[in-house]
Amino acid sequence: MSKVVERKPLTFFEKTYLPQILGGLRITLKNFFKPKVTLQYPEERPPIPEGYRGVPTLVKDPNGREKCVSCQLCEFVCPPKAIRITPGEIPEVSETAHVEKAPQDFEINMLRCIYCGMCQEVCPEEAIFLQDIYSLVGTSREELVYHKQKLYELGGTLPDEHYKWDKKKEAAERAAAGGHH
Amino acid sequence: MDWIDIILKVIYAVLVVVVTMTIAGYSVMAERKIASWIQGRIGPNRAAIPGISDIPVLGRALVKLGIFQLPADGLKFLFKEEPMPAHVKKIYYVVAPCLSLIPALVTVVVLPFGVYFIDGQANPLVLADVDIGILFILAISSLSVYGIVLGAWAGNSKYPFYGGIRSSAQMISYELAMGMSILPVLMWANGPNGGVGGLGDLTLFNIVTAQQDLWMAFWMPVPAFIYLTALFAETNRLPFDMPETETELVGGFHTEYGGFKFGLYFTAEYAHMVVGSAVFTLLFFGGWQFLPTFGFLPDWVANPWASWGWIGSVVSVIYFLVKMYALMVFFIWVRWTLPRFRYDQVMTIGWKYLIPLALVCIIFYAIFIAAWDTFVTIDNAPAIIDRALP
Repeated sequence: MSKVVERKPLTFFEKTYLPQILGGLRITLKNFFKPKVTLQYPEERPPIPEGYRGVPTLVKDPNGREKCVSCQLCEFVCPPKAIRITPGEIPEVSETAHVEKAPQDFEINMLRCIYCGMCQEVCPEEAIFLQDIYSLVGTSREELVYHKQKLYELGGTLPDEHYKWDKKKEAAERAAAGGHH
Repeated sequence: MDWIDIILKVIYAVLVVVVTMTIAGYSVMAERKIASWIQGRIGPNRAAIPGISDIPVLGRALVKLGIFQLPADGLKFLFKEEPMPAHVKKIYYVVAPCLSLIPALVTVVVLPFGVYFIDGQANPLVLADVDIGILFILAISSLSVYGIVLGAWAGNSKYPFYGGIRSSAQMISYELAMGMSILPVLMWANGPNGGVGGLGDLTLFNIVTAQQDLWMAFWMPVPAFIYLTALFAETNRLPFDMPETETELVGGFHTEYGGFKFGLYFTAEYAHMVVGSAVFTLLFFGGWQFLPTFGFLPDWVANPWASWGWIGSVVSVIYFLVKMYALMVFFIWVRWTLPRFRYDQVMTIGWKYLIPLALVCIIFYAIFIAAWDTFVTIDNAPAIIDRALP
């Protein structure tokens, strides 16, 4: 069923457009006094939703050890080839000698990164996370290549459910004590 | 004229131009602020000058208000790279922005913006008290279109050219309506009931003193409306900003301009707005007078501080400025309310409605004023403020 809308001819005052103009002026005047809705960005930050993919960062476990074992899976999977890892050994005398390996350097070129999150998904150690950092600035290309220290600064510490290295250490100590494992 | 007089006039002229330019500059800031408030934003509130903005409460408030935005914008315009496109006509390209600003500043010369008293005689605070004030303003302000047309032509590309053509067509059609709409005002001001300057005097001072009883806007609303509409068109403000329709013409006449040359165009537009609102205030809002007396209120209502010497003069200037600013705010307010007219609508409104309406007004008020003079004879119209005739 189509409904025919009858178009009424405009009255004289409507034809002058003046009532409409005055009505419009009233509306804008009302808006003039309404509270403002803009976010004052640098002081006020927008709420970041869960699972937001911001800058990739490296995290440490609650014991303060680096989780990354420089397996280089993220380097291989990274579509824009933004990640470069220089693998390094952990010296025998170190406190954390039971940990497999650690990266000597871990660099992410933020100018290439596309925030796809594949590195986070592929990481077997849950060492790399895309967190809620989104405002990324720098004054040179070199400054935007983030190295290991910077990445750990950004990442901080995240809770860990597994404590893989603790278990490994216990197992090693038990083995050393002569027990089965 | 004594040489001291000449030096005083020069200082006075520089002062007036500086003040006008400052007001024009700050109206850009007002535009940005009011625009953002209407749109639910806060607007510029970051620009700060170290030192001034460090003053505890006041400085912070000024920063929030965007007071320092004008120097920031000006410096930005000044230090920006100014590319000159290879295809422009160089001399005209450079001259055009200046040509657009000069008329607006020249019109200020005949604008009386206050009153001062010598031995009870009122004198206008004006740079040049010429007899043909309003004619001078109409003549000079219509020259501003040359800046636009020349700039558009010198840009040597299609869109600026369209903008220039539109601007000239619009100027022609609205100049006529504007000129005709003020004829009733002049008829009244020069009638027996009018101002003090005497018959055949076109000074703006005369027109203002004629409004002591009743502001023209109250009993000549239709001419006031026509004049206001034409003023919107002349100053290229929305809804009549045909020369720079961004949606159709990229940027219109100033598409090829950048940096400080664009800044000059920008300032010129606002200077026109300032002068236009000033003229409208003088013609229809009683200039520097406080309130209309309506014929029965005592005369001091119109100018309560007349006997206060120079303080009274300052107060009269303040009244004038307040009225002018109110009108500027109205200009900005309308800009963020009405959509832009289509070009054919602009022409239709100008030629088919405003000009006939203005003609009807002229005839109506001519008959009315003649009848008033004949039947409601006012013997010895009390010239409250006697002006010494030369």
